[in-house]
Amino acid sequence: MSVNSNPRIDLQVVADLIPDNAKVLDVGCSDGELLELLRNQKNIDGRGVEISQRGVNECVARGLSVIQGDADTDLVYYPDNSFDYALLSQTLQATRNPRAVLEHLLRIGEHAIVSFPNFGHWSVRTSLFFNGRMPVTKDLPYSWYDTPNIHFCTIRDFVVLCDEVGAKVEKAVAINANGQKMGFSMPWWFWNFFGQQAVFLLRR
Amino acid sequence: MMAVARAKSRKADEANNPSSQVLRFGADKPLILEAGVKLAPFQIAYETYGELNADKSNAVLICHALTGDQYVASTNPVTGKPGWWEVLIGPGKIIDTNRFFVISPNVIGSCLGSTGPASTNPATGKPYGLDLPIITIRDMVRAQAMLVDHFGIDQLFCVIGGSMGGMQVLEWTSTYPDRVFSALPMATGTRHSAQNIAFYEAGRQAVMADPNWRGGKYIEAGVRPEKGLAVARMIAHITYLSEVALHRKFGRNLQDRQKLTFSFDADFQIESYLRHQGMTFVDRFDANSYLYLSRAMDYFDMAADHDGQLAAAFKNTKTRFCVVSFTSDWHFPTEESRALVHALNASGAPVSFVEIETDRGHDAFLLDEPELFSAIGGFVASAARAKGLA
Repeated sequence: MSVNSNPRIDLQVVADLIPDNAKVLDVGCSDGELLELLRNQKNIDGRGVEISQRGVNECVARGLSVIQGDADTDLVYYPDNSFDYALLSQTLQATRNPRAVLEHLLRIGEHAIVSFPNFGHWSVRTSLFFNGRMPVTKDLPYSWYDTPNIHFCTIRDFVVLCDEVGAKVEKAVAINANGQKMGFSMPWWFWNFFGQQAVFLLRR
Repeated sequence: MMAVARAKSRKADEANNPSSQVLRFGADKPLILEAGVKLAPFQIAYETYGELNADKSNAVLICHALTGDQYVASTNPVTGKPGWWEVLIGPGKIIDTNRFFVISPNVIGSCLGSTGPASTNPATGKPYGLDLPIITIRDMVRAQAMLVDHFGIDQLFCVIGGSMGGMQVLEWTSTYPDRVFSALPMATGTRHSAQNIAFYEAGRQAVMADPNWRGGKYIEAGVRPEKGLAVARMIAHITYLSEVALHRKFGRNLQDRQKLTFSFDADFQIESYLRHQGMTFVDRFDANSYLYLSRAMDYFDMAADHDGQLAAAFKNTKTRFCVVSFTSDWHFPTEESRALVHALNASGAPVSFVEIETDRGHDAFLLDEPELFSAIGGFVASAARAKGLA
């Protein structure tokens, strides 16, 4: 059981939200898999920010425009409205100040797309409920004291944050443990219980 | 003595009649210097490698560092050594001369064939010495643009350089934004830091304190300020290395001896190494050129040229950038590159930024660094695709 059985399952879900030829900033772009997918499928004009130098070097070797940087400190250097889409995939929970990062995304991009593991998934709840300890699994291998994921949230938590920063949810997609999109008409409590990952399309 | 005299005359010849190709501009085509004066006539020495394609879209310009030269991928006529960037440039190399037309000019102010203080001043028939106006990075780039014009090239596919060469790369993208498709500035910055000015000033003072410098008129006097220039090189060379690399390479090891001599001999290997660096340098470089080029670096400040707004220097740029820094470089630390990257981001330029982990210091850009080569290779390949160079 895990909250994160395939952490990159969200890539295609994100790609489906982005129109052709868009200008895209991917914050926390890792080895550039999503940017490359978007370049090949959607012919986007893409840029990336990645904290690990190894990831950056892989991106540059792939021919992507990526800089080494930290979402918490470096987004301030991007002008308002400089991108059509500002993406943050599977990175929100590792930032020191998720609210500030979200606000920057909404400022830099006309749209923001955020994907994250849902800490409200039933497997997390049962792990905590029955074992009384923070969940540690094959796919979420960190102990509470060494995890880079310092700000986990649930889907409902995130909806509340969007409300607080004045972001409009244009679209939300939850992905279940089998990597399948869950129906759109489900109520939030259902997604919050069965959605393993969530992808939100937002705008100011 | 004969060998020294021969080396000296050969060097004087290289300043006026280089072994490389040379393009001469007459009085009708002056170089207008930032100092507010015209330099005419003047000449620019250069080497080329590979063939310019039919639509003139495959040209790569290489900008050399302070003591570099045009012999980037061919034997240096003064030292007899291989080209200084042959690890990167040549047939089948990352900058493949079977695909690209590589232009490698010697900068104005240098001493290998482009007009500099060792060149003959046509007004006097004697070497310019300090009568040459102060040269800036922008002056070097403007002269290079005249060379590029000579080939009928509108847009360079890529401009590449490290250190002072990186400054020229940045100046190219700022002064001629439409003429640079992609740019690779390495181990550089948009300005010289106070610390860099300080080190170079110490070096210049060492040159000028040498009694043989003679107010810059040493060539006419038939002498050379070798000791001063050697000290300047020793000082600068320390800044090109890192403490870790120095310790790894030399430690406190003694040079050809078992114990300290209780004298000022070069007991330590590092002393012997630095003395060797200084001595070999004076055989290939002109002291006044060293003054002029180090001054050009000191004066470089792109933000100051744009009312303190660095991003304004890259306004509306379409150039694709790949900025490279090295973790152990304290001459141009990564923070300098980061400031550049932030400015490029603010101006919306497509920019990549790679910091290479190495303990080899500033000079790492000249060395065989696999991670550096994979980044450069990826960047150049994708730029070539975007430019339609199959």
